[in-house]
Amino acid sequence: MSTTTGRTQPPPTEPTTDAPVQHRTKERPIGEARPNPFAYLILGVGLIVVMSPFAWMALSSVKSAGEIRQVPPTWWPEAPTLDNFTALFERLDFPQFFANSTIVATAVTLGNLVFCSMLGYVLAKSEFAGKKLLFRLVLGTLMIPGMVTLVPLFVMVANMGLVNTYMGLILPFLAAPFGVFLMRQFFLGIPDELIDAARVDGASELRIFLQIVMPLAKPALATLAILTFLGSWNNFLWPLVVATTEDKYTLPVALALYSTGQNQTDYGLLLAGAVVVVVPVLVVFLILQRYFVQGVAMTGIK
Amino acid sequence: MSTPTVVRSGAQASGRTGSQTLRKHPPLYRRRTRAAWGFALPFVLLFVTFTAGPVLMSLGMAVTDIRSRDLRNPFAVEFVGLDNFVTVLQDPLFLKAAGNTAYFVLVGVPLTLGLSLGIAVILNAGITRFKTLFRVGYYMPVVTSIVAVAVVWRFLLHPDAGLINEVLGWVGIDGPHWLASTTWAMPSMIAMATWRSIGTLIIIFLAGLQGVPTSLHEAAALDGANAWQRFRNITLPTMRPTLLFGAVITGIGYVQFFEEPFVMTQGGPLNSTLSVAYQTYNQFGFGNYGYAAAMSYVLFLAVVILTVIQFRFLGERDTPRRRRLWRRRPAPTAVARQEIGR
Repeated sequence: MSTTTGRTQPPPTEPTTDAPVQHRTKERPIGEARPNPFAYLILGVGLIVVMSPFAWMALSSVKSAGEIRQVPPTWWPEAPTLDNFTALFERLDFPQFFANSTIVATAVTLGNLVFCSMLGYVLAKSEFAGKKLLFRLVLGTLMIPGMVTLVPLFVMVANMGLVNTYMGLILPFLAAPFGVFLMRQFFLGIPDELIDAARVDGASELRIFLQIVMPLAKPALATLAILTFLGSWNNFLWPLVVATTEDKYTLPVALALYSTGQNQTDYGLLLAGAVVVVVPVLVVFLILQRYFVQGVAMTGIK
Repeated sequence: MSTPTVVRSGAQASGRTGSQTLRKHPPLYRRRTRAAWGFALPFVLLFVTFTAGPVLMSLGMAVTDIRSRDLRNPFAVEFVGLDNFVTVLQDPLFLKAAGNTAYFVLVGVPLTLGLSLGIAVILNAGITRFKTLFRVGYYMPVVTSIVAVAVVWRFLLHPDAGLINEVLGWVGIDGPHWLASTTWAMPSMIAMATWRSIGTLIIIFLAGLQGVPTSLHEAAALDGANAWQRFRNITLPTMRPTLLFGAVITGIGYVQFFEEPFVMTQGGPLNSTLSVAYQTYNQFGFGNYGYAAAMSYVLFLAVVILTVIQFRFLGERDTPRRRRLWRRRPAPTAVARQEIGR
């Protein structure tokens, strides 16, 4: 680091300006200075900016149609009403969309947990012919834009007769390179000695995987499950293309299709729909948030 | 499956590492290869069918004049070489979309990176309480469906009944007609994308910041370096691999800029938010498959070029840390272990 070299630093003449040096304790090294009221202020303002769309969405979804369009806009609902939500379930088939989203996201998640952890395990813990090639192939596809595969994929799914079926919605996402990468990164951290010991004891590869490696991988599996489930739940473009009738719409597709055309003006209905799409996800996220942090950090640093 | 080919190329690859023992293929190594491919098979089958296959098909489409009606009669398709690519590059609408995408990437990526790095540094430095609250709060937009986001943001950006112009009105600014203005539609998209992306980067950067050794900070502080100097000369260089990672994933995402205009503006007004990915989607919709496939490969090329530039710009060469991050070479111990057969 060039801080100490090639720079003639005068010794700090005023010790008070370097307060952290003097008052620092072991729990709070210099890199993490004392809590700063300005830091809280900046972060707090930022947080309000980031969160206000959510607050606005939730509050406005219980406003009447007239109040939503009022100029100037109201922040707090004057006469809260659940009309928008009842309309959602009476005029549209939201339970069906909800079920579709759940079925597709669950299946995609289960598939990824199984397939990605299997490949991730051998990529991390086994030496075999073709390993490098396989890893590069998987990693390389992370860079390919979704647009490249969209139409060939659709043509293929159409040829298989899977348009407007659950299979058509699920199969293309069962094996995602991202999952392999995440699981591999996690498995790299499992000590080789553990696996070697099991091998010496005569355990088969499958048994090592199922009884030793997988139980250890619970945090990574949880992370992958959450990220995959959410990705699938929020996935938009592919279901829009493949689901052609209402009984196969997922929530985002339904919401998008109802938010165009003449419905675009029915803000109350749309906001209620947005709440129904977002709230389950946010609840799951808030409960399991530490796994998100782990997952993102895991793919980022290792 | 072409397992034999794969095995051979793998053997060549390992031969290149210079280990004599690997070329001999001990029986255990072969058995382990079989077991490993058994594990890999389900994924590889799905991957080849639904990812690798379509990528190659797309490349095939890009050099033909295939249109949607040709799908019933594939033999009517003619090979046109690079004609599609030439047409793409001369198409004024594509050039407009390319300009818009460049605008989005060149403004959006630095803005997103800078903002998330700033927030991460403040979170890491001055905060002891409510850390989780902030982290979770900033991450919430990431887990939210773009469609729901669009509903809310269209509403926020509404010229009369929207929250944003209302707030601007408090300080005496007469907010523009955001999404209907050719000047302001794109900044609105950038703001939205930034709002949606900073959460992930903040978490990644926080993890990176925790890897900066505090001893360096202490030494520099004893030498009289102030907070900015320590950030500039210690934090940033140590964070380089993390910054590179953040820049690369953000860049890859932003070049493919599609969802925001798709749900918010449909590329308008006057194509001012039409992106390359959106234009590709439109051409697919019109049935110009060959042309659209060529365009999607131009997009792919843009992703690759941007990534290479970022590696040049942010990547360090020949430091042990970087090699560990980006090029995992088999350690000598791995080779030795193989020799022993474990």
